[in-house]
Formats: sequence, C-alpha cells, structure tokens
Amino acid sequence: MIRLDRVSKVYTRGARPALDRVSLEVERGEFLFLVGASGSGKSTFLRLVLREESATSGRVYVAGREITALSQWKVPSLRRQIGVVFQDFRLLPNKTVFDNVAFAQQVIGKPQHAIARDVPEVLELVKLAGKERRMPHELSGGEQQRVAIARAIVNRPAILLADEPTGNLDPTTSAGIMTLLERINRTGTTVVMATHDEVIVNQMRKRVVQLVDGEVVRDEASGAYEKVHIAEGEDPDRVRAGSDGDGEHGPTAEAAS
Amino acid sequence: MSRLRFVLGEIGQGLRRNLSMAVSVVLVTFVSLTFVGSASLLQMQIGKMKGEWYDRVELSIFMCPNGRPTVDTCAGGEATQEQIDAIRALLESPSMEPYVQEVFFETKQEAYDAMKEQFADQDWFQRLDVDQLQVSFRVKLTDPTQIDIVSDEVSGRTGVEYVQDQRKILEPIFMVMNRATVLSAGLAVVMTVTAVLLITTTIRLSAMSRRRETEIMRLVGASNFFIQLPFMLEGALAALLGAGLATGALWAAVRYGVEDWLASEVGFINDYITTADVWLIAPVLAAIGIGIAAVSSLVSLSRYTKV
Repeated sequence: MIRLDRVSKVYTRGARPALDRVSLEVERGEFLFLVGASGSGKSTFLRLVLREESATSGRVYVAGREITALSQWKVPSLRRQIGVVFQDFRLLPNKTVFDNVAFAQQVIGKPQHAIARDVPEVLELVKLAGKERRMPHELSGGEQQRVAIARAIVNRPAILLADEPTGNLDPTTSAGIMTLLERINRTGTTVVMATHDEVIVNQMRKRVVQLVDGEVVRDEASGAYEKVHIAEGEDPDRVRAGSDGDGEHGPTAEAAS
Repeated sequence: MSRLRFVLGEIGQGLRRNLSMAVSVVLVTFVSLTFVGSASLLQMQIGKMKGEWYDRVELSIFMCPNGRPTVDTCAGGEATQEQIDAIRALLESPSMEPYVQEVFFETKQEAYDAMKEQFADQDWFQRLDVDQLQVSFRVKLTDPTQIDIVSDEVSGRTGVEYVQDQRKILEPIFMVMNRATVLSAGLAVVMTVTAVLLITTTIRLSAMSRRRETEIMRLVGASNFFIQLPFMLEGALAALLGAGLATGALWAAVRYGVEDWLASEVGFINDYITTADVWLIAPVLAAIGIGIAAVSSLVSLSRYTKV
C-alpha cells in the first residue's frame, strides 16, 4: 500500500537529512506504529506519503502509484485515498459536528444525498450519534478527535495517517481512540500512526518501525515502543521511565521480558 | 447543485468576514473604472466633434476688406470684382476639381446678417458697419485631409487677405480634450494598479482567515480549482460591483452633466455623447474589472493556497 525505496529527504542543503535512505513497505490492511523522538523523521514520513513534500531522492509508492513524480494536478486524487488525523484535531470551530464531517465530502463535490447517507453512518461508527448539532468547543478532547477521525474516514480512504492522535488526550480517552482506530483497521483500512505514547504501542502489539535521526533502526512485527537494552547495560534510565508506565497499566510486561 | 450552494456559502462567509476590505475593493475598482470610462467617453466625444465639424465647410478664403491694407496682397485696397471672379474661376477650374466639392460665396451683407444673429446684443456690433466686413468664399473639400493643396493654391494671390483652415480653430479644443484624456487615462492606470494591489491584499487576508478550511480542503483532496474558486469569485464579485458603480456614475454625469447642461449651454457643438454611449462602454468596464480581479487572484492565490 505504501512503499518507500531508499528515500531521503533533505530540507536545507548541507543539513542532516530528515530521512536518510529509508526503505519500508506497508501492506494493505496493516497497522503500523511509527515511533521515535521528535525530529526523528516521523512527520516527514507522513508528509511524503501525503505528497506535502517531495523526496529528495528515492521513490515513494502509494496505492500502487509512484508519487515522487506525480504532477501537481494529480495530487488531489492521491489525497482522496488518504485520511489524516492530527494531534490538535483541526476541526472548524464555526461548524457543527455534522458540518465538520460533511465538509470533507462537500469540498470534493459529493452529492447532497451521499452526504446525508454517509455522515450519520460514520458518526455512528465513531460513537457520536446524537451529537451532530454540537459545536466543537462543546465537546471533550476525545470527542473532538472522534469527529476528526470521522472526517478523515468519511470518504472511505484506503489509508489512514495519524500524527500523534492521542498526544493531547488522557490515557483512558486514548484507549478509546485506539479501539476506534483498530476497528477502522479491521475494515481493511491501512493505518499508519506516528506516536510517542509507549503505553499504547506496547498494549497494541502491532508492527513497530522506529526512526532515529532519519534512519530506520528497528522494524518489528509485534513490537514494543522501545527495545530493551538492560542486558547491554545501555541507558537504564529510559527503560525505567518506560517501566513506570507499565506499573500503572501493566501492558508492557511482555515487552520487558 | 450542492456544490454551487457550498461555494456561494463560502463566498458569503468570506465577504462577511472581511467586510471593510470588500467595501474598499469595490470603491477602488469603482474609482479606477470611472477614470477608464471618462477617458473613453472623452475620446468618443472628440470623435463625434471631428465627424461633425470636419463635415462642414472647411476652408474660408477672406478677400481684402475696405480700409488700410494689412498684407501685401491687399496693397490695392478692397478686392475688386475681377479679383473675386478670378478666385472663383480658380476654385471651379478643372485642376482644382478633384479636391473641391462645393464653393459657397458670402457677400458682405450675408456676413453681416450671420453676425447679427449671433452678436446682435453686443456693444461692438452696434458700431459695426456692413461695409467694414469682407466678402469670402467657403470651400467644402472632397477629402478634408487635402486641405493644404487648395489652401496653398489660393493664398498669396492678389485680393486674398487670408485663408483660414477651420480645423485649426478647433485644434485648441481638441488639445484640451486630449490632455484631459491623457490625465484621465494616467489616473486610471494608477488607480488600476492600486486596485490590483488592494485586491491582492484582500485575497491574501481572506486566504489567511480561511487557512483552516483550505488546509482541510487540501488534505481531503479538493481540487485546486475548487479551493481557489471562492476567493476568485469574491474578487470578481467585488470588481463587478465596482464596475456597476462606475457605470452608474458615468451615466449620471452624461445624463445630467452633458445631455441636460452642456447641450443647452454650449450650442456650437451639436453632437454630444449620450447615455447610449455609456451603455456601450459598460461591458468593457465590467470586463476590465473582472480582468483586474483575475490578475490579482492569480498573483495572490498561487502563493497563498499552495497545494
């Protein structure tokens, strides 16, 4: 579904590349966590897939198309196959829940009857039925993120990109959002989620790709947030910090073993 | 249909949000197009006046008057009947035939009567004697541009005091009108540049105030055209309103200023521009207004609503 072939991205000439010869393949229907510190290249990865940036070298394939050389006017049709969710929700504050979701369909010219059918359906899916007429500021953070997710999937994209979707949410609410993303994934949507949230990554047991300074340093099928280095005696503090979270939620016990 | 309603809704929102800017765009286009319109109407008036006057008698040949001679050709005093006949014969000769269409002769009495009609109530006319006036020929030409050929042939002959190209009398008037046109056109250019800059700024502000919307539109794959359409239509709508106001102002100026006032006050011009001429340039003004908006949109949108 998404394939990067020795992709590098350099923003300013001479500076360290944001992505350095990254090769990666994401299968249709897969759920992938993209982890790494700030500045490790997670956002650049997402921006390349969305064609908000073009790769400096290498090739990017999305949904069977090579998009590095995609002409400007074909970019919209690429983006219609991709839904995006952000940490800060990015809802339109002056539109109701219904209108926020409907907006995504209106602007690509969906007919009124399709909107009247799809929007309630997707709001039902994200468990916001009955709150169609609310304004974003009347909703909790978790509910706002559900609206954003509804908006991202209402056009039935093949791929859902999520950039720190739980970054502004408390653990319980985050868990609810993850359940929702997993359900969307089960309907066949490929989900790529960039995150810092160790608890979630360790709980979900999905494929994990770790980026450090623009390079893929780890790609595990049912991975945890961080590889445990205690055996090698490296950076024990970081591991312990991760373990604190484990104490509360207990999901990384396996990861530590 | 739903698409159209959506775009119209977006435009309404954009205009409401930047009402003062929208109003200033309307006013600036209004002023700039009024200058454009004035320049064209002035040129139309010049065209009409040329058409009107150049069709009338074009060359006046004044024979020597009674009294002290002022030029060498009048050394012999008042023009004699032989001299007058010689000029008439010359004008009607085969060599002049291709240029001369018609020759009128004006006696002293006819000249007096004509002046009486115009200046009867003037002091100086009361003291004027018929015999002080001079006889003259009025020559209508086949082709007014060849006036010099006839003029050169006649002037300098004995008994001819002077030859007057009537077009020359009009030249100062045309000069004033042409200068007014240049001034008007110059101001039109300045105002048009101002309008382009102002619309560019307005569209930029509008694009910035709708950043969230445009960003989401981009991300869900709305086409460039669809994203930019509301901005372009906003600009075009404001420019069209400006063109409408300019047309209204010019109409009023021609209706009350020219048709009602000038036409009754300044009688020596018969053919004035009318409100029909204003309607003639109205579509041109609208087109220029939309052109201004289009240029501004292209400049600002390519920069501020990048895919």
